[in-house]
Amino acid sequence: MRVGVVREVHPGERRVAASPESVRKLEKLGFEVMIEAGAGVAAGFVDSAYEEAGATMSDDLAEVWKADVVLKVRPPQAFPDVDTYRAHAGKHEVDLLAEGAAVISFLWPAQNPELLERLKAKKASAFAMDMVPRITRAQKMDALSSMANIAGYRAVVEAANNFGRFFTGQITAAGKVPPAKVLVIGAGVAGLAAIGAARGLGAIVRAFDTRPAVKEQVESMGAEFLELDFEEDGDGGGGYAKVMSQAFIDAEMALFRQQCDEVDIIITTALIPGKKAPLLVTKDMVERLAPGSVVVDLAAEQGGNCEVTEHGEVIVHDGVKVVGYSDFPSRMATQSSTLYANNLVHLLHDLGGAEGWDVNMDDEVIRGAIATHDGEVTYPPPKPDVPQTPHAKHASQSPKAMPQTREESAHGVDRQQDSAGLARSLVALVLAATLTGLGYFAPEGFLSHLTVFVLACFVGWQVIWNVTPALHTPLMSVTNAISGIIIVGGMLHQHAGHETSLAGILGAVAILIAMINISGGFLVTQRMLRMFRK
Amino acid sequence: MNDSLLTILYLAAGVLFIRSLGGLSNQESARRGNTFGIVGMVIAVVATALGPDVDGYVVLGAGVVVGAAIGALVAARVSMEAMPQLVALLHSFVGAAAVLVGLASFLNPRPGLHGVEHVIHQSEIFIGVFVGSLTFTGSLIAFGKLQGGALKKIFLFRSAPVLLPGRHLLNLAMVLGCGYLTYRGIAEPDTGFASLLIVTAISGVLGAHLVMAIGGADMPVVVSMLNSYSGWAAAAAGFMLENDLLIITGALVGSSGAILSYIMCRAMNRSIVNVIFGGFGTGDGAKPASKGSSAGLGRDDVTELDVDGTADELKRARDVIIVPGYGMAVARAQTPIHEITQKLRAAGANVRFAIHPVAGRLPGHMNVLLAEANVPYDIVLEMDEINEDMSDTDLVLVVGANDIVNPDALEDPGSPIAGMPVLEVWHAETVVVMKRGMAAGYAGVQNPLFFKPNTRMLFGDAKKNLDAILAKL
Repeated sequence: MRVGVVREVHPGERRVAASPESVRKLEKLGFEVMIEAGAGVAAGFVDSAYEEAGATMSDDLAEVWKADVVLKVRPPQAFPDVDTYRAHAGKHEVDLLAEGAAVISFLWPAQNPELLERLKAKKASAFAMDMVPRITRAQKMDALSSMANIAGYRAVVEAANNFGRFFTGQITAAGKVPPAKVLVIGAGVAGLAAIGAARGLGAIVRAFDTRPAVKEQVESMGAEFLELDFEEDGDGGGGYAKVMSQAFIDAEMALFRQQCDEVDIIITTALIPGKKAPLLVTKDMVERLAPGSVVVDLAAEQGGNCEVTEHGEVIVHDGVKVVGYSDFPSRMATQSSTLYANNLVHLLHDLGGAEGWDVNMDDEVIRGAIATHDGEVTYPPPKPDVPQTPHAKHASQSPKAMPQTREESAHGVDRQQDSAGLARSLVALVLAATLTGLGYFAPEGFLSHLTVFVLACFVGWQVIWNVTPALHTPLMSVTNAISGIIIVGGMLHQHAGHETSLAGILGAVAILIAMINISGGFLVTQRMLRMFRK
Repeated sequence: MNDSLLTILYLAAGVLFIRSLGGLSNQESARRGNTFGIVGMVIAVVATALGPDVDGYVVLGAGVVVGAAIGALVAARVSMEAMPQLVALLHSFVGAAAVLVGLASFLNPRPGLHGVEHVIHQSEIFIGVFVGSLTFTGSLIAFGKLQGGALKKIFLFRSAPVLLPGRHLLNLAMVLGCGYLTYRGIAEPDTGFASLLIVTAISGVLGAHLVMAIGGADMPVVVSMLNSYSGWAAAAAGFMLENDLLIITGALVGSSGAILSYIMCRAMNRSIVNVIFGGFGTGDGAKPASKGSSAGLGRDDVTELDVDGTADELKRARDVIIVPGYGMAVARAQTPIHEITQKLRAAGANVRFAIHPVAGRLPGHMNVLLAEANVPYDIVLEMDEINEDMSDTDLVLVVGANDIVNPDALEDPGSPIAGMPVLEVWHAETVVVMKRGMAAGYAGVQNPLFFKPNTRMLFGDAKKNLDAILAKL
């Protein structure tokens, strides 16, 4: 099977759907890879690098579109009216697609019904990378997370670029520099990446999210989690927040307004799926920020979290710079192309590779991602049963076992404890009887030895608990050595003139092997202990 | 030398033994403790030799010199990986010596014992021989299982549990048989020695049978238990010889072994009875084992990493925890691990080791192996000391460990290892697991750690891979 990778036609798009590394992996999966010449140049991948990795380069984009599987970043679109695409003027990318072929890219099927119709007419299998369900198994193909991660990082870089001071606090010979204070609103993948990047630059970071569950993640990244004195969980499933009540929003706005007096940088990442981005930073808040502050609005494309954001622009409002770019991943094209290409490789792997290619509609991940198949529009996929938290990593940490099983086992434990208690009292009873019997009948000599024995057991118990676990092996070898004290037993049978009696011989053998124990045990302990050093 | 002076010297030796064990409470005092032990032993042996009951020096001297030479040779030659075997072998010597001393005592009875005293003395001999013989054969089997290699081909020494049908009844019959023979041996002095020999034989079979039924990875418990038995055997010999020093020493060693067994069992969340009478998954538990949350997943579902990737992760990480397991000992990988640790520490990273109580085949085995490779002991931490730090760690490197890092122990109440305390490595940002393949651990359960999104697998021989990583750093 042949995989084709075309150059992105969208003006300003620098990303590409394959890296030399991913080409190698695709070949391992059995695919033959053809790439449009110059496709990776803007992302820093030159044609020769692809060729070295085993791809065929082609100058004819129509030829590349004839592949069995076409990989893209942006949704297929009409060719723009520029010289490069003069030959295809007025055509749509899908027109070049072979009938029944597969195309994998971001599709945004909800926003692009017309595109789905075109794909359907071509009987194409179209996979939307933005529709890969956010479940644990599919994390390796979660391109949205990959891109959000980059966007979060880049947002901090843009903020730093537009900010006139250091992020980190310093005390220099010329004077003291206070650290920058960053507020991150929305602690999804992008928010967490922004927290990490801002912390890495040395800023003091605070974060807010409507979902209290992310508090732990925020704190693990080293930021302070701002909390409202208000009870409402904003978890809308699938890793997104839901729309909150008015009272909640009022409390939230009051918090932001108060934060505006303190922070230097605000990064907003709040999105609600299928809705306009919530308005979080109003005009008056921007005006409250100190001049020279920066607001980076990652939701600019969906209308912006900030009231004054201009999509695609950096504007200055009352001395505050407001960054409204929406192409952060494209601004780090090498990184985002590498990760996106890897996401694609994982999806192609799940589709069975070249040999076992199978669009399995029962597979939760494939069913979620596929938008058209066999001349049908298959979007939207049926609702999954349970909304899963994308960060299963953290969710699965708490041992939340099925409560029913818990109860049952607790029951069993009770019964076990009952019988253990019974056994214990039985043992105590037998012990008491034995001791009484001994006290009654046993000679005094024996009892004095018994006294020594019992006391020695208790001394041993106390002493051994103090031994550090790191020295348990030396403990065993030294106890080996001192239990060689049984040599005394062999010695007591050594009498001049009786060496050849059976008892004498047995005693002599006992001496020999006990002595091996003594010298072997002590010397090997010595050897081990000498190795322990700081 | 009269009896009173002998008693005082024995007392001194006993105190020195206690101090030698007490010295092991930390690394600084441990070597001095060992010296105390040696001094105590010399005092005990010399005092006994000069005491009133001993006057045959030729054989005694020969035995001491030859035994000491053999012991010294073994101690100097043994590799640290082979420590578990050596310890098991030395246990068997104590058991054998206890048997020999018991037999000799029977043949050479003390005069002037009558009635109850006689019965007690004879019973002590039978008990001493019983425990000694059990320790002897049990330790030999344990030695064979730990040694592996060519011995593995022999049925008795297979690492997997060898389970005979009706083994519990068999054990019970053997114990009852020994009890009956003890009674006969005391009641009928004419056939007493024959009875004693039969008891020796039966308890020998019993010891072998008990240990045969226990699998390779339960050996830490078995070895500590045999350690305990060897102590009780010495204590029993002390009773029969009316020698307090033997009793004290035996009791010390006995309780030491008992505590170690207890610690090991707790670390596996199993009762001692469960360990003694049978291994994992033998069907005796009658509890249907849960498949775990990752049933059906295989090598295709893990994220693999290569040597370069691992080296990059190590270079990037500021906080690294290394979790060694038995696989490290098998691959003899501690030396490259130490060198990697040195490089990372020189580069400013905080590198520490996390040791699970049952990692390896002997309590504390990992600590000795790391010490041998010159890893400083203050960065080698116990599970309880380091588990809380996992979430602040950039990278955890798991080398040849499996069950001790299995999240199912905490998360799946139906898992055979449910409730066992484990190193919670999955809280770290990234976990790299070095492993030969996807085989399950000793408990026979799948490890969902391998499929976690923050886990990377590095397959292959640990030593080769670590050497390659070292070259990249």
